[in-house]
Amino acid sequence: MTKKQKNKLIRIVVGFILTVMIYLLPIPEKWEWAALLVPYFVLGCDILKKALSGIVRGQVFDENFLMGIATVGAYLIGEYVEAVAVLLFYQLGELFESYAVGKSRRNISELMNIRPDYANVMTDGEIQKLDPNEVEVGTEIIVFPGERVPIDGIITEGETQLEVSALTGESLPAEASVGTAVFSGSVNISGKIKLKTTKVFGESTVSKILDLIQNAAMKKSKSENFITRFARVYTPAVCISALLLFLLPPLVSIAMGNAPMWSEWLFRSLTFLVISCPCALVISVPLSFFGGIGAAGKKGILIKGSNYLEKLSDTKTVVFDKTGTLTKGTFEVTGSEEVNCSEKELLYIAAALESGSKHPIAKSVVAYAKDKLQVNTAENIKEIPGQGISGTVDGKTALAGNTKLMKTVGIELEETEKASTVVHVAFDGEYKGCIYISDVIKKTIPEALKILNRRKIKTVMLTGDRNAVAQKIANELSVSEFYSELLPNDKVEHLEKLLEGKGEKGTVVFVGDGINDAPVLARSDIGVAMGALGADAAIESADIVLMDDDLLKLCKGMEISKKTLKIVRQNIAFSLAVKFLCLILGALGIANMWISIFADVGVMVIAVLNAMRTMK
Amino acid sequence: MEKQFKIEVDCANCASKIEAAISKINGIDEAHINFIMGKMNVKFDEGADEKKLLKQMQKVARKIEPDCEIYL
Repeated sequence: MTKKQKNKLIRIVVGFILTVMIYLLPIPEKWEWAALLVPYFVLGCDILKKALSGIVRGQVFDENFLMGIATVGAYLIGEYVEAVAVLLFYQLGELFESYAVGKSRRNISELMNIRPDYANVMTDGEIQKLDPNEVEVGTEIIVFPGERVPIDGIITEGETQLEVSALTGESLPAEASVGTAVFSGSVNISGKIKLKTTKVFGESTVSKILDLIQNAAMKKSKSENFITRFARVYTPAVCISALLLFLLPPLVSIAMGNAPMWSEWLFRSLTFLVISCPCALVISVPLSFFGGIGAAGKKGILIKGSNYLEKLSDTKTVVFDKTGTLTKGTFEVTGSEEVNCSEKELLYIAAALESGSKHPIAKSVVAYAKDKLQVNTAENIKEIPGQGISGTVDGKTALAGNTKLMKTVGIELEETEKASTVVHVAFDGEYKGCIYISDVIKKTIPEALKILNRRKIKTVMLTGDRNAVAQKIANELSVSEFYSELLPNDKVEHLEKLLEGKGEKGTVVFVGDGINDAPVLARSDIGVAMGALGADAAIESADIVLMDDDLLKLCKGMEISKKTLKIVRQNIAFSLAVKFLCLILGALGIANMWISIFADVGVMVIAVLNAMRTMK
Repeated sequence: MEKQFKIEVDCANCASKIEAAISKINGIDEAHINFIMGKMNVKFDEGADEKKLLKQMQKVARKIEPDCEIYL
């Protein structure tokens, strides 16, 4: 608790004890009002002071001012206990609110407990612990096992395992050795390493992530804007109703020849004033979003605004880029077909030829073959542009390439459009078979797509790749729609069509790697960048950033979003219902002032506690 | 030019009132208060005198909540 909070707590306790004592002590009834003035001022001095300065400042709808009028009014018509009770509950509510806010603030920092406190810097042969803010780019820092990497850098000495769970939510440690780029916030597990920093602390991964999360609440959601607008109207409206409630019924009574009952109606109208502060709503909604964003951040999902968290729950369409998002964007051997030879022989010949090339396809063949056999490099290797490679393997001519290349040695093959890239192999003038190479679907993609399909979310794949390749991937993943052979501009066009077609509601999410697809990311309702750890451009351009390559995180993000929205709606409905109920009962004279304030503070406490559930 | 300030304010409703009032100051394009973190982002107009504006922000905020504190 802060000093301010402690002060308030002491005043509340003292005020409460004094009130009870006055009740227990044999004080004559006619002096009760004077005795109760003591707890009244103990509890209300700051409110009255602020109320007075509110009048000077012309802030009539200031809640202190309203609370002041309500309690002074209650006192004047002889409801002393009511006045004291109202102040007591009001103060309790304020104390709880400030405690809850402080707690969630701490929770967020703990949740993201990744900001390192110091950096070990070598100066004059001695290790010094410095404030990471003071470390310049290019400084050598040392990270011991068990410590957090304070600043982004490259390893210059030592090897170790690093855990990046604080950044990505993934707890699998990764090997790191000289030359590996290391992100601040990762934990060094096994060995002492030396780093050369590549960024200043403020620009390092950890600082960026924390800034993003902390600033996310500034992009307000629709619910928050609704509440802000509501709050602006609510207080004046309640005050005017209070005034009308005070004036109209007695005047009507007088007109009808009855007694006006001024003090009864004044009391009822004062009941209105004590529930005129919309604080429960104003605090619980942003608090819910804040919690939701924090919870997502902990799992490696950075949501850059409450508005995005809100819109995410209403996702109707998810659009994917293919290469680099659904697929790894690297080539791998996915199969082979042999003619009169074994797989080993085929691979042996192909790898011997391809080991002389730097083409990505060649590399994938060699990498695949190396797992199975000893690769020797062929002699007289010649790359034939647009066809393939020729060379001498074990003294005989060997060829690896497309159908055109096969034709040069008289091997006629049928040209079919396949989903994979095909490398045909010929040896000593004879056709030996072919190797299929294709881009590979990322590990968690099929499961993530299944979840999206189950949730009845339309999935669309956009790709610049050939139709056959797109078709194959789309079938494998059961994507609802796909468009192939697109230029970057076409992707934007297709996305715009989807945006037009969706109507008023429903969110169109675009998922990409955040590097080549910035225009599409920007155009969509929510742009999601995947695998963004270390890719600053992606973090900048996207609205939601998945730190690692796991699309399941997007599904998780949607769940968090749905839960947050549910809590927000519960809070809005519940708070409004209780407030209106109090207003009605107050107007009818059923609820008195202190029951109303008790209900009001109670709602606030429940709403805030409910809002804090989003953090889990 | 966007700058971040710390802001000490006690009630959420006051924070949103202060936000609205500061946004209206001449020379300030936008202001956003993050009540929970106690931070405020202010977008100044091009070539605005930030020191003068900070004083003005402070004044406007104090009018709504007397013990509100804004600092860098």
